Order: sequence, then C-alpha cells, then structure tokens
Amino acid sequence: MITAKRLCKSFSEKQVLSGIDLDIRPGMIFGLLGPSGAGKTTLIKIITGQMGFDSGEVNVFGKAVKDLTGEDKKRIGIMMDDHGVYDRLTVTDNLKIFCDIYGVPYSAVSRVLKEVGLDDSAKKPAMKLSKGMLARLKLARVFMVDPKIIFLDEPTSGLDPMTMKYIHKLIRDKRASGATVFLTTHNMEEAATLCDEVALLNEGKIVERGAPDEICRRYNHQKKIDIHLTSGEDIELDHKAGSAEMITRLLEQGMLETIHSSEPTLESVFLELTGRKLDQEEEEMYA
Amino acid sequence: MRNIGIIIKKQLRDTLKNKTVLIQFIMFPVMTLIMEHAVSIPDMPEFFFTKLFSVMYIGMAPLTSVASIIAEEKEKNTLRVLTMANVKSWEYLAGVGIYVWTLCMAGAGVMATGLPSSDIPFYLCIMATGFIISIAMGAAVGIFAPNQMVATSLFMPVMMVFSFAPMLAMFNDKIEKAARVFYTQQLRVLLGQMTFDGIKTETVLVIVLNALIALSIFFAAFKRKGLE
Repeated sequence: MITAKRLCKSFSEKQVLSGIDLDIRPGMIFGLLGPSGAGKTTLIKIITGQMGFDSGEVNVFGKAVKDLTGEDKKRIGIMMDDHGVYDRLTVTDNLKIFCDIYGVPYSAVSRVLKEVGLDDSAKKPAMKLSKGMLARLKLARVFMVDPKIIFLDEPTSGLDPMTMKYIHKLIRDKRASGATVFLTTHNMEEAATLCDEVALLNEGKIVERGAPDEICRRYNHQKKIDIHLTSGEDIELDHKAGSAEMITRLLEQGMLETIHSSEPTLESVFLELTGRKLDQEEEEMYA
Repeated sequence: MRNIGIIIKKQLRDTLKNKTVLIQFIMFPVMTLIMEHAVSIPDMPEFFFTKLFSVMYIGMAPLTSVASIIAEEKEKNTLRVLTMANVKSWEYLAGVGIYVWTLCMAGAGVMATGLPSSDIPFYLCIMATGFIISIAMGAAVGIFAPNQMVATSLFMPVMMVFSFAPMLAMFNDKIEKAARVFYTQQLRVLLGQMTFDGIKTETVLVIVLNALIALSIFFAAFKRKGLE
C-alpha cells in the first residue's frame, strides 16, 4: 500500500531523513514513533506529496507519489497536526465544503458527524469547539470520503484521555472497515495499544521496527519477574524455572499481591537504542 | 472550474460571518447613499460623494479583503487543507478574486443608483477595471504575507495611498501632480468626465502601467512563495 526505499531528505545542511525504508501493508495501523524533531512530519509530508525529497523512492497505491492522480488523492485522508478549520463556519458548513470538493452528497455530513460523536454540535461554529471536538471535526473531514489510506499526524496530541480513547476507537473502526492507517506519535502507550506495527524514528533514521509486542520481547534482556507482596515489600525474581517454587510458596501463603513479568516498553527500547527519551525534547521545552 | 464555484460558495458563507471583511464591502455603498441624500452644499459638483467614495472603494475594499482572506487561510492552514483536497492554487485564487470582484461590483451597483442611467455602463466599466487592479495587488500582498498581521501592515500603506491620494489631490496641486501616477487618480478623472469620449492617452497609459505593475508583483509573489 505504501512503500519507501532509501528515502533521503535534507534541509540545507541538515539531513532530516536518511535511508528510510517502509513497507506498509493494506489494512494495518502503522505507527511512526519518535521524539519531536525526529522527522515524522517530514516523512508524512513526503509520502502525501506535500513535500519533495532528495533521493530514494516513495510509492502509494503502487504508484510514485508524483504520479498520483486527483482520484487517487481522493482515496487518501490526511489529518496533519497543524491543519486548521474555518473558525466562523459551523461544523456542518466546514464539512459541506469538502462534500462539494469531493463530490459527496451532503447526507454524508450527518453520517460522519455521528461516527465521530459530533452530531450534537453540528450547528456550533468551529471556534466554539473544545480541542478534543476540534480533533474530531478534523477526523470527520478525513472520514468524509471513506479513504483507503489515512494519515494522522499526532492525532491525539494534547487531548484528554477520554477523547484519546474515543479517537483510538475510531481509528480501530477504520482499520476494521479495511482502511490502512499511518499515524505518527511520540506517545509510546498509544503506539503500543493501537498499532499493528511501529517504526522507531530517531534523527532521521529508523532504528527499529516490528509489532510493538515483538519489539519489546526482542529487547527483553533482563527477563525478570516483579512481585509485590501484601506486606508492601517488592521482590525481583529471575525468569527461570527455579523461581516457580518461590512463587508457588508465596501464593500458598497468601503473601502475593501482584506479579508482573518485566518486559521492556517501547519507551525503554527507544532509550536503549538512542540514549534519549521519546518525549525528551518536550520535557526540556517545558522544564 | 467546479472548484472555483466551491471557493466562491465557501467565501460567501464565511463573509456573512466575517464582520471585518463584510464591512469593507458595505461601508462605501451605504455612505454614498446617505451622503448623496443627506448633504447638499451650494456649488458642490454633481454626484460628488458618489465619485469620491467610488475611487476610495476601488482603492480600499478589494485590496484589503483579498489580502485578508488569503493571509487568514495561510495563517490557519486551511489553504493547505484545500490544496490537499486537490484544489489547485489558481482555482483558489480565481475563486477568491471572482468572489471579491462580484461583491465589489454589487456594491458599485448600489452606488450607481443615483447616477443617470446613461452614465451607469461607463461608471461600472471604470469600477470593474479598478477592482481588477486592486484585487491583483491584494492577492500579491496576501501571497507574500505569512499571516494576517503582516498582511495588514503591508496593505495599510498601499491602501492609504491609493484610496486617499485622489481625495487629497482635490485640495492640493502638488499632491494632484504626484497622484497622477496612480490608477485611482486617473479613474477619478475618468469618473469626472463620465464618458468614453475624449479619454486621454496619458490616462489609459497610467492605468495600463499600474495594472501591469500589479500583475507583475502578483506573479512574482506567486512564483516566489506560491500559496505556502
């Protein structure tokens, strides 16, 4: 569905993307994970034809990006973090513009508003929407044409957990209906719970890729079991047969409160690979 | 062509809720109607306010509204969404240009209601020409400015010169001489004559030259910055 080979892009002296390879299969949620400034938005802009690139190849629907026709573009939905809406127009009028552009009947507006849970706010001017509602309006705009590929740039950035969950559900629903979703995020929890496959991007290079669970298992060097006892004490056991006896004894004595195997998270894998946190730059910015 | 119609429709919906742009289109026609009916001074030239406000309307409304509309779309990144939806840059610019020109012509139609019917075709031709030049200038400013604040600081002096120079020229010979190089002043002269007969070559040359400069600036701005 989307492929990239040895993709490179630089701005003046700075190499933003170097040797990016991608192969995103139809019907999957693919997450591009990386800290701010890693090149996520640049990559999405190149794949969607908003920006040129220096060398390499990018194909969407089996065609080079520059050869995509107007009809092809109608099958692609894009929600960029900085894309705006018409503040003074109502939610409905905002969507009607795109009904006109895409040649979709106005009846699609109520369908899509229901889908994103904004049907009660149909007549509200966009300027009166909360941040979460605004994100859903932008998603509604993307969903208008039932796109086959959906690009979402930081779709839940800065949203409350409820709205975030709601948007995750919408994204999963789109996958269930056959769409391929390409999303960027620096939220490792989001990537782990939502994505079928992720790529970790750091300083313009993909440092790791695969299914989130598979990546975490691959970096499970320590193989420890963490136990929290009813007494409040924490103990760590090796992930070996010998620990079973101890665990059984704790269970029999009713001393075991919680037990977890200590697989690494995507966050810790990223830290191990790059020496930096996914949200390090944000933390520094707000420090 | 379909997309041009869509842009016009969108602008119509938006302008009705955008008081700052809406007032640009309404202010001068309304002022003309009021002043022509309310003020009568002995020896005042015929249709004084209609002619004066018409030239100010040409220099102000299309320039500021086109620049504001384009700059706002760029600032809020809605223009990007339109281009991503396969609306071509030229379709967008044509849509905004046609929309503003049509609204301004409607305003000019209101301002022309006091004129003798035989003068109306000439009057509307002059207004139409002036609006086109101002729209090209406004579009150049809108394309060049990254946001509304920069657009305002760019179009304000341009708009002041083009709209107020013809008025000040009535009271000061030196200003009148300097203002001759502006299309608004030449359009004011033509509105004073109110006839196609006896139009001076100098007048036509200045208007054409102004139009060429406006279009050159527009194309240069578009070539350099596009609609990014």
